[in-house]
Amino acid sequence: MVRTISGQPGSLRAPAGPSSGTPAGFRQRARLFARRHRLAPYLLLLPSAAVIAALVLWPTIQISELSFQNYGLQQEIGAAPAQWVGFANYSHILHDPEFWLSLRISVLSAAAMVPLTLVVGTLVGLLLSHLGRRMAAFVSSVSVLAWATPAVSASVIFVWLATPDGGVVDWLLSRLPSWLGGGAHWAGFSWTNSALPAYTLATAVVVWLGFPFIAVSVLAGLRTIPVELFESARVDGGGPWTIFWRVTYPLLRPIFQVLFLLSVIWDFGVFTQVFIVIGELGQRDEYNLGIYEYATAFTLPPAYGVASALAFILTIILLVITVGYVRASVKEGALQ
Amino acid sequence: MTSSAMSLARRRLVRRRVVRRAGVNLLGLLVALITLFPIFWMISTAFKPATEWYSLSPHPLPAHPTLGNFRAVIDGNVIGLPYWNFLKNSLFVTLVSVVASSLIALLAAIALARFRFRFRTTYLIMLLIVQMLPQQALVIALFLDFRPNLLDSLVGLILVYTAFALPVTIWMLRNFVAAVPRELEEAAAIDGAGPMKVFWRILLPLVAPGLVATSVFAFVFAYNEFIFALTFLGTDTAKFTLPIYVQYFYGRNGANWGAIMAASTLFTVPVLVFFLLVQRRLRAGLVAGAVKG
Repeated sequence: MVRTISGQPGSLRAPAGPSSGTPAGFRQRARLFARRHRLAPYLLLLPSAAVIAALVLWPTIQISELSFQNYGLQQEIGAAPAQWVGFANYSHILHDPEFWLSLRISVLSAAAMVPLTLVVGTLVGLLLSHLGRRMAAFVSSVSVLAWATPAVSASVIFVWLATPDGGVVDWLLSRLPSWLGGGAHWAGFSWTNSALPAYTLATAVVVWLGFPFIAVSVLAGLRTIPVELFESARVDGGGPWTIFWRVTYPLLRPIFQVLFLLSVIWDFGVFTQVFIVIGELGQRDEYNLGIYEYATAFTLPPAYGVASALAFILTIILLVITVGYVRASVKEGALQ
Repeated sequence: MTSSAMSLARRRLVRRRVVRRAGVNLLGLLVALITLFPIFWMISTAFKPATEWYSLSPHPLPAHPTLGNFRAVIDGNVIGLPYWNFLKNSLFVTLVSVVASSLIALLAAIALARFRFRFRTTYLIMLLIVQMLPQQALVIALFLDFRPNLLDSLVGLILVYTAFALPVTIWMLRNFVAAVPRELEEAAAIDGAGPMKVFWRILLPLVAPGLVATSVFAFVFAYNEFIFALTFLGTDTAKFTLPIYVQYFYGRNGANWGAIMAASTLFTVPVLVFFLLVQRRLRAGLVAGAVKG
């Protein structure tokens, strides 16, 4: 197969082998057939295509089917057949205040998480490019540690840091001077009892886990810009702010575009961090869209049909953003 | 006169550069310390005895360090099963799915990097899209499909982890295969090497570093994965992987922060050490795979 890859003319010569009828002859003929029809790339793609089709694409189709059915506990245990109910699940969702609340929480939290992660990541990336070699290696190693920390651990650690009694965050805030927003009222403040503080904490986890990837990507982009460009901009009297917006940003715009879209997709669909910070599925008014969908499917009584409709809505929203991501990637030449 | 003025100006310039360098380094140190703090606090708490968890003024280091928290986790006082049981589950699922996805992805990467054929671009775009599908959506259908035999089973998780690691692995490996010079393969073919021999003797050794880099990503994905494990392994605690174990441990021990942090440390630190060891290779892969795709 690899011989065909190299386009070696000699590879077209049929090797003299035993005649057909024997297993070896059959193999020989199969190989010739594959070569004549240029099947090699398709045969190589077959395993991955089969696995992805069975375990990713087929479930996606099933979700869209289930979203038009009344699939619940009865259907799961086989006591009653699933029935097609048209758009009933969707109209149920559209009249459901909990859906609108969860959608609002998803949009607002992504609106906080995405810019924060991008800004912190870009600043650290710029900082890395100004550090000496040894210091840069140290800071980027530490960042890789944050990036590699499992989301479950990071979330549990941040919940511990922000525990009302004995947590470091409340201790620190209650000792800050009042002009910095500190004060005694922070002692014993609960970060998980209502949506705004809970998502502030979740945002901290998401930024901490997410900024290293942005920083390393921005640093890699910065390395592709010729140093002379920065030097001449500096000679012309440009400050750091001007240089970033006039030189760095325009040149790295494709990278920023891809990083922005990736962050939107990741943060809009964030699950693990929020699931742990809000304390599993206990507080319904703190659900985001993904968690509301999950809770609809997996808390009793299970409503797989309605949950599939929610999952389908979530998937469509993310796919719309993904189309932008694919276009940005294609423009950057990723498909070559 | 002029020369001394010039040297004065130069000295001032040098001094300003030194000050700026020190400032930048200080900032770098600050960023590193803030980033490191949560990990440090996790490890420090894990060594603190119960009396020090809720101190009115927290101390960075344990005053009376203890191994009691780790002992509680390893003896399995909470779930009734020792930590090793869950480590074994996690390593089994992770290693099998990494090997499977790397092999399958290598075949696909060869096709995409070495051949021009119909549907090639379509396949690449399909991979990009598949990678973005929300797991909490697909888990509903997979949960229903996997009933009853693949639920509460590590095999079900291996299947899913293999499939979900493929898009990123294929994208990254494609760049590594494309970087192997075609001429080497051609030369070997002229010398009479068959396709299999070219693959084993030329392509595989040269792609091996890339295979290591990409398998690190598949490893991290499988080792850290939460949603599928949470859903599939609902009832059988003995089958839990480490992320679910830590989350369960945390859910059942609301106030026992020392033991929770010890469990979390035993889950996290191995993977962090592993990362520090492979990170240089990794960063190349991170950039090649993610930004370019």
